[in-house]
Amino acid sequence: MPFLDRHKADKIGDALFKGVSFFFAVSVIVLSCLLFAVLLWEAIPALRAFGLRFLYTSAWDPVRSVFGALPAIYGTVVSSIIAVVIAVPISLGIAIFLTELSPAWLCGPAGMAIELLAAIPSIIYGMWGLFVFAPLLASRVEPFIIERLGFIPIFRGAPLGIGMLPAGFILAIMIIPFISSVARDVFRMTPPMLKESGYAVGATRWEVIRRIVMPFTKSGLFGAVILGLGRALGETMAVTFLIGNSYGMSAGLLNPATSISATLANEFTEAVDAVHISSLVALGLILFVITFIVLAGAKLLIKRFSLAGGGRA
Amino acid sequence: MRKISVICLLTILCLMPGYSAFAEALISGAGATFPYPLYSKRAYEYNRKTGLKLNYQSIGSGGGIQQIKSRTVDFGASDMPLADAVDAGLVQFPMAIGGVVPVVNLQGVHPGELRLTPDALAGIYLGKIVKWNDRKIAEANPGLKLPDDAITVVHRSDGSGTTWIFANYLDKVSAAWHEKAGVGTSVNWPVGVGGKGNEGVATFVKRIKNSIGYVEYVYAVQNKLTHARLRNRAGEFVEPSMDTFTAAAKGADWKGTKGFGVVLTDQPGKAAWPVSGATFILIPAEPKDCDNAKTALAFFDWAYKSGAEMARSLNYVPMPKDVYEVMEDAWASGVKCGGKPAWKR
Repeated sequence: MPFLDRHKADKIGDALFKGVSFFFAVSVIVLSCLLFAVLLWEAIPALRAFGLRFLYTSAWDPVRSVFGALPAIYGTVVSSIIAVVIAVPISLGIAIFLTELSPAWLCGPAGMAIELLAAIPSIIYGMWGLFVFAPLLASRVEPFIIERLGFIPIFRGAPLGIGMLPAGFILAIMIIPFISSVARDVFRMTPPMLKESGYAVGATRWEVIRRIVMPFTKSGLFGAVILGLGRALGETMAVTFLIGNSYGMSAGLLNPATSISATLANEFTEAVDAVHISSLVALGLILFVITFIVLAGAKLLIKRFSLAGGGRA
Repeated sequence: MRKISVICLLTILCLMPGYSAFAEALISGAGATFPYPLYSKRAYEYNRKTGLKLNYQSIGSGGGIQQIKSRTVDFGASDMPLADAVDAGLVQFPMAIGGVVPVVNLQGVHPGELRLTPDALAGIYLGKIVKWNDRKIAEANPGLKLPDDAITVVHRSDGSGTTWIFANYLDKVSAAWHEKAGVGTSVNWPVGVGGKGNEGVATFVKRIKNSIGYVEYVYAVQNKLTHARLRNRAGEFVEPSMDTFTAAAKGADWKGTKGFGVVLTDQPGKAAWPVSGATFILIPAEPKDCDNAKTALAFFDWAYKSGAEMARSLNYVPMPKDVYEVMEDAWASGVKCGGKPAWKR
């Protein structure tokens, strides 16, 4: 009897567990759908007032209730691209060093330090960026850039230490821990046998990394980059501190700019006018859609990668 | 299982004090960040005296207006007078006066040395005057050596009552500003870099050479920034100080302005600082919770009568007696509980 009872209880427990975990899994989907629905609903007044013009006009005038999202979208995309362009090579270097080259005693502490960097709240990065990093950029780095690279239009401007490029720098620092720790983990997944075989046929260390480790972990690496990009797109506080919060578009990367998240952080508390609030929500909706497109595109690409990789292996 | 329940219990115990602190807060208010140090200091002193707890959240003027309109707090606070206060069923009254101060970062220029005309200030913020040695600035500063460098304009990136007062002033003195930007808690800035909060603007001005910004007086003093003098309506170049803010408030017609929504920018008077403003409290004319409303009014009464020194020590100008007497009359006639006045003088 006791055995049977226990059996029965187990069955109930199993069913319960299944139900609960199913509920949680579904609630994630429901939540994101609801999120999208609410954003869309709240954005309707703005979309109705400005239509598609909201996407490609660049006015942002709370006094006259005229809003266009282009500078914010531009700032979000460009600052994130700068961040990824800077962060990817550095992160790959860190990951390769830690998995292939580092002496064993350094591996643990260095890995830990990277993970610690990932745990620092973004407001800390923002404050550090504003009080330490920006003055350094303004006094040393930017004058040098303007002097030496000023013949390229994107490197013209005043050395303020705040603007699109500084925001991209700080974002890069923030996403390096994410990209490098994921990259390190996927590098580690390369079967030792493959690498040993490479060395056995006389490949150098560089050739093993370049021809065996990197191709094998291609989709994982891509995922790491997308993770970093996703974080950079939505990052708010650090960007708000450093991007300069100037609603306008200029080709110069040293000039102050704005991003979707920075505009939201700046204006939400004091927005009273209905169209203003709705326009801010519409900005949120755009960010949601951009992030979704990036993630979905990444998923598709990864699928293609793994199919191609599978064929060759 | 036992372990889990112990953890749960501990967690609940840990959260308890936080919860009970909320439950004890009797009066809740929300709004402007500018008077936050003053209100929290007064609330602290009042709590020591009477035991009353007051919870003020400095979420910004816009947020304060929204919260009091939806009646989720006992009082709201705003740095800009609410034009439709009476129509929204609210009673509005000023609590303190402050000033917005243009601050600059110019090598060799000491506090109060730079003189700016309304034209020059508007021109700079409109992006029409781009260099410090522009004729319009130099004319008012014959003895000063101004650099042939570009001006970096700093403004607030977040919506703010400070911006409202500053924009209101520019709007009054410059037709071009009125046409291009107008008045608001955030405006469509023609030029410049945006700093978040008064401290953000102060940081940028401190750091960026040849920059100009505007902050609340308190922040200019605390950060030891180089302020400029402004030419007021009487044609005098005045220094920002408690005295010149008071002078700006002197001529104001509180009684004659609907909802006491007096704007103190560009006031007449030889000593008046032209970018002054009052910070306001908003309470419902027919409060839901009468006990809270009465307690809140008692607190404001105490703040008017006994909180003046506290205000001065924090660089705010307290309301003079003849002004707060007008306000207390307005409470007596304006705030009703079940048809009866909630306040008696």
